[in-house]
Amino acid sequence: MTHVVQTSEGAQELAPRDRSSERELLLETGAVLRMSEADAAAAIAEAVGTDDETFLLNMGPQHPSTHGVLRLMLELRGETVLRTKPIIGYLHTGMEKTGEDLTYLQGPTNTTRMDYASPFFNELVFCLATEALLGVEIPPRATWIRMLMCELNRMASHLLFLATNGMDLGAVSMMLYGWRERDLVMQFFEKVTGLRMNHEYIRPGGVAVDLPDGWRDDVLNILDVIPGRLDEYDQLMTGQPIWRDRTQGVGAITPEEAVALSATGPVLRSTGLAWDLRRDMPYLAYEELEFDVVVGTYGDVFDRYAIRLNEVRESMRIVRQIVDKMPPGDYRVQDKKVTPPPRARIDESMEALIHHFKIFTEGFRVPEGEVYVAVESPRGELGCYLVSDGSAKPYRMHIRGPSFYNMQTMPHMLHGGLIADAVAVISSLDPIMGEVDR
Amino acid sequence: MSDREEQGLTAGLAGLQHNFLTGTLEDVVKWARRNSVFSAQFGLACCAIEMMATGAAHYDLARFGMEVFRGSPRQADLMIVAGRVSQKMAPVLRQIYDQMTEPKWVISMGVCASSGGMFNNYAIVQGVDQIVPVDVYAPGCPPGPMTLLHAILTLHEQIRTGEITQRRKETGAGAGVHVGSPEGRVQVHVGTPR
Amino acid sequence: MADTEAPEAEPPEEAATPAERHGVPVVSSRGVDVLFPAPGEYLRVVEALRGEGFDLCVDVTAVDYLTHPGRSLPEGVAPERYEVVVNLLSLEQRQRVRVRVQVPEADPTVPSLFGLYPGTEVPEREVFDMFGIAFDGHPDLTRILMPEDWEGHPLRKDYAVGRIPVQFKATGGTGR
Repeated sequence: MTHVVQTSEGAQELAPRDRSSERELLLETGAVLRMSEADAAAAIAEAVGTDDETFLLNMGPQHPSTHGVLRLMLELRGETVLRTKPIIGYLHTGMEKTGEDLTYLQGPTNTTRMDYASPFFNELVFCLATEALLGVEIPPRATWIRMLMCELNRMASHLLFLATNGMDLGAVSMMLYGWRERDLVMQFFEKVTGLRMNHEYIRPGGVAVDLPDGWRDDVLNILDVIPGRLDEYDQLMTGQPIWRDRTQGVGAITPEEAVALSATGPVLRSTGLAWDLRRDMPYLAYEELEFDVVVGTYGDVFDRYAIRLNEVRESMRIVRQIVDKMPPGDYRVQDKKVTPPPRARIDESMEALIHHFKIFTEGFRVPEGEVYVAVESPRGELGCYLVSDGSAKPYRMHIRGPSFYNMQTMPHMLHGGLIADAVAVISSLDPIMGEVDR
Repeated sequence: MSDREEQGLTAGLAGLQHNFLTGTLEDVVKWARRNSVFSAQFGLACCAIEMMATGAAHYDLARFGMEVFRGSPRQADLMIVAGRVSQKMAPVLRQIYDQMTEPKWVISMGVCASSGGMFNNYAIVQGVDQIVPVDVYAPGCPPGPMTLLHAILTLHEQIRTGEITQRRKETGAGAGVHVGSPEGRVQVHVGTPR
Repeated sequence: MADTEAPEAEPPEEAATPAERHGVPVVSSRGVDVLFPAPGEYLRVVEALRGEGFDLCVDVTAVDYLTHPGRSLPEGVAPERYEVVVNLLSLEQRQRVRVRVQVPEADPTVPSLFGLYPGTEVPEREVFDMFGIAFDGHPDLTRILMPEDWEGHPLRKDYAVGRIPVQFKATGGTGR
């Protein structure tokens, strides 16, 4: 007889209604957002409600629609969701602890696997933090190469979102279309960095290698193909009545609630707040580029879908400008203590050999200090809080993963909806569990 | 119970006294098994993205009959453990594996699933073969679709040669897990008794 | 609290900093003000900052300074083993601010920011899980990343990485 193992997370789970205090019931309906006493009392009354029995449903962690290993405990009355509790940690990898054990050059290898749908952003934020502590100035070409790869990554990530969102809501063919476009971008990444995913291409000091010859043609090919396909997706999904019925008005959130719950990225922009770090607190060279920030109105699932679809178009616009304006020059900073020497130099110069050896075994030392740096990833504000004690390894590396915070909006969005809406809402948040759990 | 019956109980298809007809039947069964393997969805982390890419249009698992990823483990034959298994996820992994019905296979996709990968720390199980018996290991971080396809085709080959049906009892491979028959029940033979 | 502060030892580009902000020592670090309240003043200072327009709590995290006790702090701020670090963001002013509270090892408790920022629910749970710092007033202080029955707080410096011995491992574990 097979022995079935129990999986129970005890206090982390959603307790049945009769074992929850009134305050907990109130919290779980998302009613924490500074309601007045009268409203709060009414909300509790509604939460405790009729004598109808409620039903605790466990969704995940292995589930087709949870976008990774997310476990949701839903309290249902019929098909209506009353309370939700996301239980995470099923992908906890101890990356922050590992980060304290790796040198700064190895650091991007670790962080890149957090948000695995947009790996360049994780590498970028870690490298920006390291360079802020080091106090080095990155050459312009390195900055523009980073921008190019990041914007292409944003396109790839949003295409992944369109694919999985479509599939979750029933447009299964969208899964194949989204991956078809994504593969074009992946092939370009493989040409430049050697890997399709988890590249460790952006390193402290610049990037690992220069762009290969003919990269402009490759990028322009991609930019020629995708707009027509995006119009097809518009036709497949946006104009379609079933799609609109399933997404409009579902999972709505107000701007105040989004800010109170620390949501950023498309979730925040869908409520009408035009906050995009690329424009409002620019990093790299985004001030020199022209692009629009796409903003929604109602804060529902449809808005988030439309925002991401249009952000692909904006990213294409940015990539076109980068292709035109890419400066020549070094692709990494010429500081011998930070950047390994070119391989050919190692045969000629003893000093180069020693630097190579020191950088790759002991690592370069970073002055003592602390810094918080943030970039706009496809999911929101991705930040890195880095503390250095003057040695070759970070003393504390903390990554602020946007999906971790965006998840807090979920109980609020799911309250009062149907289970089918739950799938739509989770998919519209576009969580990547790697950065939620780290 | 006679020796022959006992042999039939423990040796599966290969223990049958083959005449021409049952020999071919066995091949038909293996052909059917390997050409319509249904995977249980077990994409955990980055490898899941590459697994989805393998199922997508460019690399196309459908030509091997495998584009269907079943949500329910009851309907699945193969579990591709795609990604790092954390301590919290380990019992869930075992539970899903237990819920799959025989015959079932496991591909450990990626280095995190095969050995813990670059995360040699408190949080990650150092290889899913600590928990479930693995048939094929696919290395890579993440393994590209071609590597995963190679692993899948290796599995198909193992199914075709029948190596897998006998492997577990003989080698005790993978966490010492054996598929046993419940006591006190009579097995039905397929084949021509002599 | 003392009124004077010493600037942190950092690379140049530092503006002349006011000694105090909201009654606690402050330092300017790369264009961002970093405030150092004591645990008793923490809630008041964060509330004051929220009143100033810092309406988005970007991040709540912690650092264990067990093996680096000699970090530079402004005068009048006594170093403790743990530090809780809060990053706030003002969307209107496009400004960030950071708050660092010293938390003693003997009594690792700080007030929770949940009442001010509901968005601190999960990061405070993570800090509790990883460091063992308790937050007074948090509605649901349970582990979030580790299994419920896990013992120990992994990100503390006296908690080992948990590496298993492997042949041919290049980087040793001893580091610094």
